[in-house]
Amino acid sequence: MKRAISAAIAATILAAPAIAETVAPGDVAYDEAGAVAASLSGMPGNAEEGANVFGSKSIGNCVSCHEVTALADVPFPGNVGPSLDGVADRWSEGEIRGIVANAKMTYDGTIMPSFYKVEGFTRPGDAYTGKGIALDKIEPLLTAQQIEDLVAFLVTLKE
Amino acid sequence: MKFKAMTALSLTLAVAAAGSANADPVEDELIINDETEIVTKTAAPAHMENIDEVMSGWLFRENDTRDMQRDDFDNPGMLAVESAMEAWETAEGSEGKSCADCHESAEDSMKGVRAVYPKWNDNAEAVWTLETAINGCRTERMGADAWKYDGDDITNMVALISSVSRGMPMNVATDGPAAATWEQGKELYYTRTGQLELSCANCHEDNYGNMIRADHLSQGQTNGFPAYRLKNAKLNSVHARFKGCVRDTRAETYAPGSPEFVALELYVASRGNGLSVEGPSVRN
Ligand code: HEC
Ligand code: HEC
Repeated sequence: MKRAISAAIAATILAAPAIAETVAPGDVAYDEAGAVAASLSGMPGNAEEGANVFGSKSIGNCVSCHEVTALADVPFPGNVGPSLDGVADRWSEGEIRGIVANAKMTYDGTIMPSFYKVEGFTRPGDAYTGKGIALDKIEPLLTAQQIEDLVAFLVTLKE
Repeated sequence: MKFKAMTALSLTLAVAAAGSANADPVEDELIINDETEIVTKTAAPAHMENIDEVMSGWLFRENDTRDMQRDDFDNPGMLAVESAMEAWETAEGSEGKSCADCHESAEDSMKGVRAVYPKWNDNAEAVWTLETAINGCRTERMGADAWKYDGDDITNMVALISSVSRGMPMNVATDGPAAATWEQGKELYYTRTGQLELSCANCHEDNYGNMIRADHLSQGQTNGFPAYRLKNAKLNSVHARFKGCVRDTRAETYAPGSPEFVALELYVASRGNGLSVEGPSVRN
């Protein structure tokens, strides 16, 4: 009996930080250059999962604008954005996190969408239906953990 | 010889496009049915601030797709034109009249019309698209029901009216009474909509020639409309295309025929002033 209780408490303690430390889109702390120092989910990211988010049309779809040699097997990468080969030589982890969460904090007026933002849109729609959406129903394009997975993947891109 | 050289060049470009994501518009000439020369590239109209040269979407398509537009027998959009020629002769509505009863041959009476639409209408005191004008004749002069704004009947008729102006330069008026609508359209063109926060200009002014995934971005010109798209195997109206593009920004779209899309159509058409009327075109 006593054992079962302490196991339950231990489980709560282990699980709690992940929930407690997820930073809401409106609370992300960008520094003046647009970088974000701490993990948005409070957890480390998974590079393999990040590569999947990057290449999947239904998730990040980053390949619609960016080419990456490491993902040469994903067909038809776009070139609206720069190739991300060697991106980790150009930017620190915190800078990359800031660019992925909201690139407009780093590059004023960039065409790159903001992936962790829920406010300030003109005529937001319900995904790709063409119909409107209630403002309080808008979810960020990616979850905090998906952003962390992307960051973990992108920091491996060194030349 | 010239033709061969060009084919080789386009091949190289196509291979380059598939291999890396480099995809400039091709160097090619469009002459329809060996007689109608189409201007697919020309100096931008004076009002354009960020583009020097305007280009038809035709230059951004693959070889096979471009070829289909060179001959009316290969252009599936011409079937729609044929069906509209029947509708042109068919009496409808309480007045028992057809288009032909008032306008006689479409080939003569409608020549040049596509090139100046959308256009200010004095009686209605509003900018009219070809669709508005067609439905105006149906309801006011024929006593017939209006066609659905972007339905097949009306899009086919727009294709017929466009086809007889092919080769003539687009020349919509942006000044005078149309100026306010034109300004509204310009504002819409540069507004970043939806959760992706993209404007028409982001894709079609800042990035034409680039690839967005498998799509080769053109300048988003309307001179080729209606456009037969291989993707949905039918003729598409300008407003249907606008709707798709706005939807792709994860935005709430405007409705076909809405004042916003009419204003946007006038503005976008004016960005193509100088390009030849091409409709019905073939696109992917
Ligand atoms: C619609 C186009 C578009 C999409 C989609 C897009 N980006 Fe970008 N991205 C850009 C552009 C353009 C830049 C360059 C910044 C600028 O000049 O505006 C950029 C810059 C970057 C940079 C810095 C590049 C460098 O080499 O300095 C990173 C990192 C990045 N993007 C990651 C991503 C990730 C991850 C995703 C998907 C979750 C993504 N991007 C989706 C357009 C896009
Ligand atoms: C996310 C990118 C994107 C945005 C934003 C966008 N479009 Fe497009 N548009 C495309 C793609 C991709 C195509 C198909 C390839 C091409 O012709 O560019 C296209 C095609 C078109 C065409 C057909 C051109 C032809 O010759 O067949 C028109 C017209 C057009 N767009 C107008 C607009 C207008 C007006 C807006 C703003 C309301 C807009 N687009 C916004 C991506 C976009």
